[in-house]
Amino acid sequence: MSVSKVFPDAASALKGVVRDGITIMSGGFGLCGIPENLILALRDSGVKGLTVVSNNAGVDGFGLGILLKTRQIKKMISSYVGENQEFERQYLSGELELEFNPQGTLAERIRAGGAGIYGFYTRTGAGTLVAEGKESRVVNGDTYVLETGLVADISMVKAWKGDTEGNLIYRKTARNFNPMMATASSMTIAEVEELVEPGQLEPDQIHTPGIFVKRIVRGASYEKRIENRTVRKRTA
Amino acid sequence: MPWNRNELAMRAAKELRDGFYVNLGIGIPTLVANYIPAGMKVVLQSENGMLGMGPFPLEGEEDPDLINAGKQTITELPMSAYFSSSDSFGMIRGGHINLSVLGAMEVSEKGDLANWMVPGKMVKGMGGAMDLVAGVKKTVVVMEHTAKDGSHKFKPKCELPLTGANVVDMLITDLAVFSRPTRSADFELIEMAPGVTLEEIKSKTSARFVTR
Repeated sequence: MSVSKVFPDAASALKGVVRDGITIMSGGFGLCGIPENLILALRDSGVKGLTVVSNNAGVDGFGLGILLKTRQIKKMISSYVGENQEFERQYLSGELELEFNPQGTLAERIRAGGAGIYGFYTRTGAGTLVAEGKESRVVNGDTYVLETGLVADISMVKAWKGDTEGNLIYRKTARNFNPMMATASSMTIAEVEELVEPGQLEPDQIHTPGIFVKRIVRGASYEKRIENRTVRKRTA
Repeated sequence: MPWNRNELAMRAAKELRDGFYVNLGIGIPTLVANYIPAGMKVVLQSENGMLGMGPFPLEGEEDPDLINAGKQTITELPMSAYFSSSDSFGMIRGGHINLSVLGAMEVSEKGDLANWMVPGKMVKGMGGAMDLVAGVKKTVVVMEHTAKDGSHKFKPKCELPLTGANVVDMLITDLAVFSRPTRSADFELIEMAPGVTLEEIKSKTSARFVTR
């Protein structure tokens, strides 16, 4: 009898693998493609002292903002954290640590971590604060900075569809950081809007092969909050 | 008359060429999309993972899974493609994007750019700006020529922390356009807004630049 990757809900999917002080990657760009259900379950688990790797930090009251409010996050590794008052308050008062990575460097560090690559040299950040304290080398007149791969204890990713083998398909720009994060931990937990049986996803269309996913759960509900609703007026 | 926001975007749009893949920053750079010349094919890249960004959706047709790098709801086009953040920045760092238009707080005469951080103030992060200036073939900066208090923004050396060193190819301000053919050349004043004099530009610029 083989072990199933499928868990009945987000809380049980986190059971036995979360503990205080671990590093967690959380997919999404802004509020788009974030693991809403796993974030709520993480809040309810009560674990604290977390280091969270995520491009952004959510907004007040939604996304990772929920875990900031409950003070469960000790440190964020992000590229942009603009839209969060609670974040700003905790950061300025010294309660929260913050490590900024350029967005592309963050994406590549995660990709490298998942692919077993120690580090890479990039022009990004050369000659800036980002390069301080890091090894660099000059190649053909350009300066490259050594950035190291990044891995986590747990990755929480959000996909559109998944099958019980853990194969995942993302939708539109909700893909963003999820595919790399899925590769960069030995305990990747995926939540999906639709969970199907093997054979129901077209193998050629799969973005994340199931080998990377240890646990999968169908999200109970999705608010999918829009951060910046922008529309065109209909013309008569 | 200094150029207004739309005129700045219009001037930046003159740097577009047929077939270009372009990344536009937040603010005035976003407006450049409104001035793509008719008949010219320009593909807009959004660094959160999309090529072929379409216009804002009609009311009621917003899709939370479809946003741009400013987190605004957008639409797709028949030629659109989606990809991961690592593929996106592979395009950017790998030199596959022809042109990037960004805002700035300061630009130095050596083409250094500062646009992400003011020490002592809450820092929101650099997002993708450092990757863009490090990898895109041509970087055009659009900014006000001076700060609100009149202090210079185009200066010998940036005082704010850099986004990139020696990365700016063209600077478009509300008063003038400066360009340089290579990243070892000096900036040259190539255009002035209507009614703006060389004396005014010189009095508001501490960076070294050459005139024709």
